[in-house]
Amino acid sequence: MTTMKTAKTATQNACRLCNPLGACLAFRGIENCVPFLHGSQGCATYIRRYLISHFKEPVDIASSNFNEDTAVFGGSHNLKLRLKNVTQQYKPDVIGLATTCLSETIGDDVEMILKEYVALFEKGEPLPNGKPLPVMIHASTPSYQGGHIDGFHAAMKATVQKLASGGTRKNLLNLFPNMVSPADLRHMKEIMKDFSLPCVMLPDYSETLDGGPWAEYHRIPKGGTPVSAITQTGRASGSIEFTSVLTAEKSLAAYLEDAFGVPRYHIPLPIGITLSDRFFGTLEKLSETPMPAKYEDERRRLVDAYADGHKYIFDKTAIVYGEEDLVISLAAFLREIGIVPVLCASGGKSGLMKKKLLDLVPDLEDLEIKVREGVDFVDIEQEARELKPDLLIGNSKGYTMSRKNKLPFIRIGFPVHDRFGGQRLHHIGYRGTQELFDRIVNTVIEQRQSSSPIGYTYM
Amino acid sequence: MEKITILEGRQSQVYEKNTEQTDFDIKCETTSLSGSVSQRACVFCGSRVVLYPVADALHVVHGPIGCAAYTWDIRGAVSSGPELHRLSFSTDLKEMDVIYGGEKKLHRSLTELIEQYQPKAAFIYSTCIIGIIGDDIDAVCKKVSQEQGIPVLPVHSEGFKGTKKDGYKAACDALMKLVGTGSTEGIGTYSINILGEFNLAGEAWIIKNYYEEMGIEVVSTMTGDGRVDDIRRSHGASLNIVQCSGSMVKLAKMMEEKYGIPYLRVSYFGIEDMSKALYDVARHFSDNPAIMDAAKRLVSREVGELYPKLQKYRKALAGKKAAIYVGGAFKAFSLIKALASVDMKVVLAGSQTGNKDDYAGLREMCDEGTVIVDDSNPVELSKFVLEKEADLLIGGVKERPIAYKLGIGFCDHNHERKIPLAGFEGMLNFIREVYNSVMSPVWKFAPRKGGVS
Repeated sequence: MTTMKTAKTATQNACRLCNPLGACLAFRGIENCVPFLHGSQGCATYIRRYLISHFKEPVDIASSNFNEDTAVFGGSHNLKLRLKNVTQQYKPDVIGLATTCLSETIGDDVEMILKEYVALFEKGEPLPNGKPLPVMIHASTPSYQGGHIDGFHAAMKATVQKLASGGTRKNLLNLFPNMVSPADLRHMKEIMKDFSLPCVMLPDYSETLDGGPWAEYHRIPKGGTPVSAITQTGRASGSIEFTSVLTAEKSLAAYLEDAFGVPRYHIPLPIGITLSDRFFGTLEKLSETPMPAKYEDERRRLVDAYADGHKYIFDKTAIVYGEEDLVISLAAFLREIGIVPVLCASGGKSGLMKKKLLDLVPDLEDLEIKVREGVDFVDIEQEARELKPDLLIGNSKGYTMSRKNKLPFIRIGFPVHDRFGGQRLHHIGYRGTQELFDRIVNTVIEQRQSSSPIGYTYM
Repeated sequence: MEKITILEGRQSQVYEKNTEQTDFDIKCETTSLSGSVSQRACVFCGSRVVLYPVADALHVVHGPIGCAAYTWDIRGAVSSGPELHRLSFSTDLKEMDVIYGGEKKLHRSLTELIEQYQPKAAFIYSTCIIGIIGDDIDAVCKKVSQEQGIPVLPVHSEGFKGTKKDGYKAACDALMKLVGTGSTEGIGTYSINILGEFNLAGEAWIIKNYYEEMGIEVVSTMTGDGRVDDIRRSHGASLNIVQCSGSMVKLAKMMEEKYGIPYLRVSYFGIEDMSKALYDVARHFSDNPAIMDAAKRLVSREVGELYPKLQKYRKALAGKKAAIYVGGAFKAFSLIKALASVDMKVVLAGSQTGNKDDYAGLREMCDEGTVIVDDSNPVELSKFVLEKEADLLIGGVKERPIAYKLGIGFCDHNHERKIPLAGFEGMLNFIREVYNSVMSPVWKFAPRKGGVS
């Protein structure tokens, strides 16, 4: 058989999404905020559809609906109408405005346009709804730069830049949890409460993207971080930020440290016992209280589960892919339980993944673990054919290659489009790790059980 | 409950049928009101949905990654053979490409992909920024076509240059470049092309089987389970039958003009329209009465089988109220009739892209008090669904969470469906879907039924 030539220039089956998607998702985590895309209608519609398929919740994203005139004469032309309409229809406290490749390429100066818009009302134009204008936050998110995770952080950085103010220090902790599930966010809030740590978590889409039924239509689902809380982030006593690869330039916490002297504690996403210990340890230090018994118990159960399950999974190999921060922490967790993440892959491209992985997995090179940034699923699949891993761990988009290559597949992160309850998956803390661990062990057991001709009823 | 008002500038796109108001002048076929959350998509989306099911062609999206990522394996359009359409290819333009132009990258991408996948043709979709940076994709396509010896067709689908309908046109233009380039040898008189049928969940196969049973040759299906070579010889067919009013009438008209092939507009949803789709074709070939005889036999057999099965559902569903919000208005007609066959009422009928005639037609068909709406948005849809106390919403994936949040049944009648809803067997599936959702006991916990919100 001749080896098929592989096209390298084009991206095939991308392992990342575009910048504005991340911004829209993050803006969903601000209370009474409407995400607004400055670009074509399709961007908003595709992104809505993509998010809805995962979260199973209404996701309204407004759009400036570019047409040919807008593209030629600039988007400021119908600015007044579009912002006014959204304000009228949604009555938001915040409009989270993200740009697209189109508005960035034609060179719209959104900051200037927003100033002009505000000036209109200062000059006497009647206010929509007769109320003060919503806060307008602008994030620059052209899809020809980076991917969805960059848009996520850009939107949140723009938010604190716009809203945070300095002043007397408060007994308050900022928590920037990164792109995790609504279930993870709820878990974080619970932990903060149990530590009696007053906290501003940003973003918080735990309710807006996983809420209850409605008696009437809500233009904007309830929940999210209130503006009043975000303004206080500049006076907090510290910021915890879950990240490995976020540089100072992109980091919210680094911005607050720089602008207001709020100390930054960056911790990798707390997956696995070691990294969760690091997170809980930081909370113990900051709250000056020991870890509540509830979490001691969770940790003990997890250690016990590691013992009960270790033999099923020791020395298994896995391919892990997704956002870089997620992959790095997952790899550390997998090493902790004896699995070798033979390929750590991401569609993201920070240039830092290998370096940060080496911090957590020092024997990375001895184990011949491959680290690849900026890959697509065709790249991952090629690696899979060579590496023949026992497991594939990542978002739903790996399903095609898992099916083709008969790889047992564990769905985590975003998006989960082909299973139910992706928004309720836990990933972080001892509890999240427990859930992940159970799923991994069960996947291996299921594989053994179903591939055995005997049909064992005890495994 | 807070009163929901229709946005200023949208009032004329909403109409409620009542006897006092006799003038009917719904505004439609306009661009979406800026700032509203339209359920529509863009030009690119229009082109992509029409061409997507061509299974042995390469579909390359020229632009930054988003457009390709969101349309990767997005539809349930199935193929009986090659599945090239289910892969996602993007030139994934980066900042430098935007500054210096993406033509070289497109050329390199195409050359490599064609060498790797050996497709029968390639469609190259322009996205928004291509229209701004001015890449000459026509020239690149021409060059690659000459170098590789396959048709490489530009699809001018820059997202902002119109509406989804303009995307349909761009797709039809691209298809038209293939039509007429193959040999029509061996094609008989009683032959058709099936247009505007995308083989979602195998629907095109159901339809094709019906026609073949009637003794009719199906030259090509466009584009469900589509093949480039079939499209190339499709001008040899005697008749085009066009489903999905918006997307492919344009192609049928072009083929009529250039090749003198007449066309019929049909729908395959519901007993009435499905039967009509078969009889109309049989009537067209009236010089061969055997075709009509076969059609009658087929319809009688299928309806005979289907009708008793529907009765159980009719008993349960009679009097329930449905709201319909779909892409093209033509589908809404069929759905109203299909729901009528189980005695369900339609309280809202709307579409993203209907025209004046469509809406006039809807008005004719609907009962007093039915709301007719063009290019609606979630706020409006919820308002009507609640006000009219609908038991069911029929729409696509973007409408689904609205229904579920409000505690209302839902039927996905869009591209993502995995169960065939066309044809006689599809009708049974459709009603079963409706039944499964409307009659589920879970709604008793919904706030509008007295549950806690």
